[in-house]
Amino acid sequence: MLQILFDALSLGSLYALGALGIALIFGVMRLVNFAHGDVIAFCVFALLWPSTDAMAIVFAGQLPWYLLIPFVLLCGAGLSVLCEIVVFRRFRKANPATMMIASFALGFVIRYFLLMLFSSRPKSINLLPELSQPVEIFGARLPLLQLITIVATMLILLGLTVFLRRTRFGLEMRAAAENFSMARMLGVRANRVIMGAFALSGALAGAIALIFVAQTGTADIQMGAAIMLMAFIATVIGGLGSLAGAVLAGFLLGAASVIMQVMLPIDARPFRDAFVYGAVILVLLFRPQGLISARGTKERV
Amino acid sequence: MSAASPTIEPHLTTGAIVAKTPRPFVLARRTIITPILLALLMIAIALLTMMTGSRPFNQVIIDVFLRVILVVGLYVFIGNSGVLSFGHIGFTCLGAYVAAWLTINPMMKKMAFTGLPSWLIKTQMPYWEAAIIAAIFAGLAALIFGRILMRLSGIAASIATFAMLAMINTIYSNWETVTGGTSSVVGIPIIRSIWPYLIAAIISIFIAWAHAISRSGLALRAARDEPTAAAASGVDIPRERLVAFVISGAIMGLGGALMAHSIGVVTPDTFYLGLTFITIAMLVVGGMGSLSGAVIGVVFLSALIQTLRWLEAGVSIGDVAFAIPKGLQEIALGIIMIIILALRPAGVFGNREISLTRNRGD
Repeated sequence: MLQILFDALSLGSLYALGALGIALIFGVMRLVNFAHGDVIAFCVFALLWPSTDAMAIVFAGQLPWYLLIPFVLLCGAGLSVLCEIVVFRRFRKANPATMMIASFALGFVIRYFLLMLFSSRPKSINLLPELSQPVEIFGARLPLLQLITIVATMLILLGLTVFLRRTRFGLEMRAAAENFSMARMLGVRANRVIMGAFALSGALAGAIALIFVAQTGTADIQMGAAIMLMAFIATVIGGLGSLAGAVLAGFLLGAASVIMQVMLPIDARPFRDAFVYGAVILVLLFRPQGLISARGTKERV
Repeated sequence: MSAASPTIEPHLTTGAIVAKTPRPFVLARRTIITPILLALLMIAIALLTMMTGSRPFNQVIIDVFLRVILVVGLYVFIGNSGVLSFGHIGFTCLGAYVAAWLTINPMMKKMAFTGLPSWLIKTQMPYWEAAIIAAIFAGLAALIFGRILMRLSGIAASIATFAMLAMINTIYSNWETVTGGTSSVVGIPIIRSIWPYLIAAIISIFIAWAHAISRSGLALRAARDEPTAAAASGVDIPRERLVAFVISGAIMGLGGALMAHSIGVVTPDTFYLGLTFITIAMLVVGGMGSLSGAVIGVVFLSALIQTLRWLEAGVSIGDVAFAIPKGLQEIALGIIMIIILALRPAGVFGNREISLTRNRGD
């Protein structure tokens, strides 16, 4: 039972962090960022030295953890801000569909850039092996890593909440998410806020990358996409633009996946994802605006 | 969708048609030149291919026609309703598997799909009959899904269609006895002639045109630009969306069936994210609200992809052979797409159509 709870929480953590990365950017510039998954993949491969061999040459991954974590977070933030400056800045006035396709094209560029350097074969990396030992809590044997994932996610969420509520920059960002043009009129610098959102979202991508690599022990170009789909769905179910909603929906999706894995009859288990997506459609039918609808996103007539 | 583009014109025409019912077919006569020009473009491409007579090039052009069918199918829904759908490739998948079930030799079918009902195992029909049934099947599926999904709008609708695609993919990847799971389904008769694809592409262009100028299509376009005003004028938005969804689903199913016949192999993952994004990209680059944009977006991006592929394979100019490194093709494609969209956010055509006379708006 406890095992299920922890599985759900740790899967939900990944989805929640991914959803948060998308929701942050959507909040300030109404962009659904499809390139986010590729930023995650980029952070993973930043640990390696470029080579097309099947064996990964761990380069940055050999750093001690107190240097490794900031390094990956910085990588994500840097790439994300770069994307903003080079590409998205030119799309501020474009309609959402155009922006979405542009972000997809950008993700495509990043993915094939990685492909050129690393080839498409999944590579195994053993990152922080001491974390995979099991620990015993209340009679359940849990991998230490799962525990760390959950704790780290909680810390990140807590830190982000404090940042958004207690600092000036956080305040500006929330104001921009609420009503961007009004915030600008009141003296919020658009570029600064948008770049801040991209940096935060990139750092979150870095965090996901670390957790994911430590969990699976492989680096795969496609891995960003798998998390992204769920994160993307979580953002919408949570209510686009609402950060709390994104986190909540991320955890709900994680829980739904794990619970269905356990509860469904054996024959139906391969179809688990189909049930999860069916549930997504149901939720959208009853709450098309999302679980927690953000203010200011509804168009006025 | 943003209503920034100048779209006063369609309201006037919509209003005029609904209120006064002017002479019949006046709108049809005024706009028919667009599908005719597009069809001529398709025919010209086909004739050009005939003249070169090279096999690989033949296959490339078949791919272009298939993409035209798919992107025109997308346009019928996305272009007219303004709701971005990520799920339409799901209907292509349904169509492709129907074609596989109906055209593979019964002997092979018995081994590959043990779960199919025996009457279906015994049937084997010519590819074009199978393609029509595939289109009807996909249209029916769209009707069922659409009844549920069309009540949503905006980004919620996009995500719901996306969930639908993922559902179809999961089911087809795992229902081993009926679909063969993730392994390739082989033995579908391969059609190498380009004419069936050409005809299907032209038919879908004309269907799309006929839908766009029909009462339902015009109402839907009005609802796209001004949802509140359209609803207030008595447009039943979910219903008009459903009509477009079913028609576009059927076109996607037709495209899927023909796609199965062009390569002879189907797997669920052929019809998933990759194809979804490339087709949507073609539509957006061409101009989402325009049939001409849909067709020319395909031709343009296909030409670009093909040129880059050739460059990748190596070209010799005079004595010097040069080739761009592997993987650069996709990178270049992505960069070019970003540049086009940055320069023309509404796509190359925006909301305009090609025609001989200059027209504004739709």
